[in-house]
Amino acid sequence: MEPLLIKVIIVIALFVVTLLVALYATFAERKVSAIMQDRIGPNRAGPFGLLQPLADGVKMIMKEELIPALSNKWLFIIGPCIALLTSLMTGAVVPWGGPIKIGDQVITLQVADLNIGILYIFGVVSMGVYGIMIGGWASNNKFSLIGAIRASSQMISYEIAMGLAIIALVMTTGTLSLNEIVVQQDEGWANIIIQPLGFLIFIICAFAETNRAPFDLPECETELVGGYHTEYSSMKLGFYLFAEYINMFISSAVIVCFYFGGYNFPYQHWFAELLGLSSNALSIVQTVFMFGKVLFFIFFFMWVRWTIPRFRYDQLMTLGWKVLLPLALANIFVTGLVMWGMGKI
Amino acid sequence: MLTNKSKQVVKREMTLMEKAYLPAIFSGMIITFKHIFMKKATVRYPEQTRPFAPVYRGQHVLKIDEAGAERCTACGLCAVACPAEAITMVAAERQKGEEHLYREEKYASTYEINMLRCIFCGLCEEACPKEAIFLTDRIVPSSFERDEFVYGKDKLVETVANPVDVTKRQTPAVLEFKKDKKHKHNLTFLDKVTKTFSRH
Repeated sequence: MEPLLIKVIIVIALFVVTLLVALYATFAERKVSAIMQDRIGPNRAGPFGLLQPLADGVKMIMKEELIPALSNKWLFIIGPCIALLTSLMTGAVVPWGGPIKIGDQVITLQVADLNIGILYIFGVVSMGVYGIMIGGWASNNKFSLIGAIRASSQMISYEIAMGLAIIALVMTTGTLSLNEIVVQQDEGWANIIIQPLGFLIFIICAFAETNRAPFDLPECETELVGGYHTEYSSMKLGFYLFAEYINMFISSAVIVCFYFGGYNFPYQHWFAELLGLSSNALSIVQTVFMFGKVLFFIFFFMWVRWTIPRFRYDQLMTLGWKVLLPLALANIFVTGLVMWGMGKI
Repeated sequence: MLTNKSKQVVKREMTLMEKAYLPAIFSGMIITFKHIFMKKATVRYPEQTRPFAPVYRGQHVLKIDEAGAERCTACGLCAVACPAEAITMVAAERQKGEEHLYREEKYASTYEINMLRCIFCGLCEEACPKEAIFLTDRIVPSSFERDEFVYGKDKLVETVANPVDVTKRQTPAVLEFKKDKKHKHNLTFLDKVTKTFSRH
């Protein structure tokens, strides 16, 4: 097959899978919150409520599309589009499984194996702030504006600690390519063992970056009505909400790639030899493992959301600048010292 | 300190473990995880319903006797007993040929209960000397119009085709208790009149 055609198929497959996962993440969120509060959750639409996302989608689309008279119309429309676009773009560099060989052709289950994948993710994620900022600004509403300001300051603050946590990881792995980081964790020696503090900082920052509880200050209902999306309705609101779930999916995937071995699982080669799996079959099993890990982290995101109350704004900033940033710097320093001691630099 | 329930609040510096915040988060997450396996509080309403208490007091019914004749004689004791003044009635004399409709010579030609006024206390049922009015375990349905809450005989009187079960409230024990005149509230209007006369 044409290499381009294969890429197009992978892109479309990734797009569909991302949307599907995000769609059912909304359903899972409601279910998880329900069972953690001793309730049942949506169970009316279809068997076990499985058609609930579709019903929600139809509801979203059928609602009145409202653009406030005094808003900046174009920016108002562009805001949610940027939010959704950037969240969809990040999935491109994540490797979803090992290479598959058909004849003498090698297909990597990854849209683009950039050698600067980490930088690409950071670039796109930081552009995601614009979606929220523009939306909040264009709404011409004080609540939206405060929400947008909170979102942007929060995301910018936590991006620093996140980046520094990653630098320590880049030091140990010596590469910026996601695929190579995953390949290095081949034999089950996940980076979490080498970088536990880095992982902790990274996951806390990931919560803040995705605007999830306990860092959901930009949209905290109790003080800001709906935060940056107060004025939004219909599918534009749907875009914002959807972007959040896609971000959650992708950041789970990135966490898995960085710290939990990506698509690898412990003793995989021994396991493959034991069962006599071909390398293609192993790749499929690996993809299943990848999605298993990702789904666990999506659950983890929800688990945390329904456990921990929201931070106060000053606590949020204190945690970001006075705790996570020094910790991340110390992590880099210690990593450097240990590597020097082991003679790796 | 009357109840000994108040707790002395101590404001002190947090220890390092508490400042780290993570152990607290961890224990919190264990608690929420445990709740996944706990019994759910939900009652799946249309399929499941919560059982009513046997003494539940809902929408009233005007009973008919075994022959299908209305038991109510429009004595008005229920209306007098009603603290919310929800009951009104107009009495009428039974005509010839209506014996199968009304049990005694006097009956209520209209009998209305305003369900918006009614507090479902059950005093009408207690006051009734003819075992004619009972509160049931039916719920008064909601409505958009206030007038629809004034229930007339069309809604209150039970029919032969649709009998309303009141055995839960009309137990032999209750009937026996009602005969006990030691209790002031079991005295019927007639008892009170005779008592007054005998006193003079």
